[in-house]
Amino acid sequence: MSAFWKRNQRSLAPWLFLAPGMAMFALYVVIPIFQSMAISFYDWDGLGDAQWIGTANYVELIDDEAFYTSLKNNVIWLLLYMLALPAGLMIAIFLNQNVRGMRAYKSLFFFPFVISQVVVGLMFSWFYAPDFGLFYKLIEWATGAQIAILADERFVTYGIIVAGLWPQIAYVMILYLTGLNNVAPDQVEAARLDGARGWRMLWYVILPQLRPATFIAVVVTVIGALRSFDLVSIMTDGGPYGTSRVLSFYMYEKALSEYGYRMGYGAAIAVVLFAIMMIFISGFIWKMWRDETER
Amino acid sequence: MVHLHKGALALMAGLLMTGSAFAQTRTLVFNTDTTDPAPKAAFEALIADFEAANPDVDVVVNNFDHEGYKTAIRNFLTADSPDLANWYAGNRMAPFVAAGQFQDVSDVWESNGLSESLASAKASMTIDGKQWGVPYTYYQWGIYFNKDVYKAAGVDVPTTWDQFIANCAKFKEMGVDCLTTRSKALWPVAGIFDYMNLRTNGYEFHMDLTAGKVEWTDPRVRATFAEWAKLVDPGYITANHAAIDWQDAAALLVQGKAANYVMGNFAVATFKDGGMTNDTLGFMPFPEITPGIPRAEDAPTDTIHIPAGAKNVADAKLFLAFVASKDVQTKLNGALGQLPTNKDAAVDANDPFLVQGFDMLSSAYALAQFFDRDAPAEMAKAGMEGFQEFMVKPDRLDTILERLEKVRQRVY
Repeated sequence: MSAFWKRNQRSLAPWLFLAPGMAMFALYVVIPIFQSMAISFYDWDGLGDAQWIGTANYVELIDDEAFYTSLKNNVIWLLLYMLALPAGLMIAIFLNQNVRGMRAYKSLFFFPFVISQVVVGLMFSWFYAPDFGLFYKLIEWATGAQIAILADERFVTYGIIVAGLWPQIAYVMILYLTGLNNVAPDQVEAARLDGARGWRMLWYVILPQLRPATFIAVVVTVIGALRSFDLVSIMTDGGPYGTSRVLSFYMYEKALSEYGYRMGYGAAIAVVLFAIMMIFISGFIWKMWRDETER
Repeated sequence: MVHLHKGALALMAGLLMTGSAFAQTRTLVFNTDTTDPAPKAAFEALIADFEAANPDVDVVVNNFDHEGYKTAIRNFLTADSPDLANWYAGNRMAPFVAAGQFQDVSDVWESNGLSESLASAKASMTIDGKQWGVPYTYYQWGIYFNKDVYKAAGVDVPTTWDQFIANCAKFKEMGVDCLTTRSKALWPVAGIFDYMNLRTNGYEFHMDLTAGKVEWTDPRVRATFAEWAKLVDPGYITANHAAIDWQDAAALLVQGKAANYVMGNFAVATFKDGGMTNDTLGFMPFPEITPGIPRAEDAPTDTIHIPAGAKNVADAKLFLAFVASKDVQTKLNGALGQLPTNKDAAVDANDPFLVQGFDMLSSAYALAQFFDRDAPAEMAKAGMEGFQEFMVKPDRLDTILERLEKVRQRVY
């Protein structure tokens, strides 16, 4: 036994180290994914017996107006959340100076990410609130129109996205600050000697070196956009009349909320959301695999 | 030797006594959602009284936040159930009864004569001919109005719908919202729909509609919405109600920016906190729309149940009988500011709203439970969203009704 161990120590040891992590991951993430997929083929109210109904949940989903609203909102979230990247980059470049007290400023800029999303949602909903909200009064003063953002179906999703962007920009900013620390100063010097400055310096010299940071920022932003449950729940509860729903919220509404006793249907929505995420996750993993094999 | 024996005997006697003292105290676990200050104090007094009447029972209370309780209950009924739990009557308790999570307590009703004393609430506690819990309180819904605003506009309290609409026109001229509400959490607008339907088409039709026996595209449903449109179209309702909470809308009534508010009696405490008094705050039953229809009211009922997994069932049943008795109900509801379900209990004569409410409910033709308790959960959610959408975009009525009809086809 010990001879076997001595011979194969090099190849066995990594697996032994990975084993606890893999076991936890399998038990708490992978197996529940398959369980959810299984539940989506049943009609279950969470309390009694589950009834097999095959793909009936998915058929119903195709005909469901609220599902398409949620899907559309998720796409809007994905696209607009990408604005966090250039915004975070700009703030990171701005903060990357050797000014006295810069660490305090960096902490202040990072602060939105530290507070709970529920608190962010609450604050923004007061900000938008009719009659006493600051933003409401600003719009009234600037345009004369009385628009309550969270009560208006045209603007509600955008209002919530703005609230979500605030912490997300802070997160991306920190990623870029770290990336900027790793930018090779000799390359920057060489470029400066060649006459590059400002925008060209940024595009041709700095950004390529920030590629790893950008990759992580994109991953994190996509996942954040698809997961946006807390903000929707706190700010509008899916309203007005369901127009700000996103898939993660719709799934909760159908399966776990006060009026939702349909576990199977919620699981079907969860499977759809998982499928959408898999598109992005596969893309990321393929890119990482390609980078690793190239090395 | 003798000393040793004596000592041993004394020790054994001592041990035996402590042993039996332990065996005498039984625990009763009670999960409740009464975290608002007034109900919390009322329940603490109730439990203290029960413990005084039954000194060998120790009641352990687990208090949950009011909204969080509605999701927590599904967890604790299946895992680690208490002996007693708060919930609501009617269709709200149906999913748990169907899943076998509540215990049948018809024997408590039988042996304590509750079928007579709790007669008005019995129907809402009965499924399949058996009773599944004990109601301890209900409260009236109606229109609360600001008397000062009425005086300033020079109008009287309306008794018919046409008078109400005419008053609204005068309020609008004054720059005051005739009716205020909030729909961020959806249920207040269901109250408005309930009354519109009860007054336009009557109690039997409303019960048929919530039970799924009538189509939502039926012309009688359209008639209800047509009456409602008389408030929505001219803009008599507070704008942007979808963005505010009910406490914010209450602030509008208190400040005189709104004249009427369709609400339940629990809001009186909030109005009074804002500074209104019995002289400035008025209450009236919802006015008559279609003449000749017998007056039915909304009276949501709060209840206590025994979960199926309860350990101390005997004491739990004692507690239910205790809560249903008339003196306990008088005291509890006095502290809660609501109405006792026991018809022999007394109501605080100093509170004009309670007295008015008690008379109104006792003389009502029938009592509805409120839309989100009469209709099954999914229908209730779709319905309330439809009402909210109607109030913001009344011209979408056809699409809304068709969507509700589609939900009805699937749910029932």
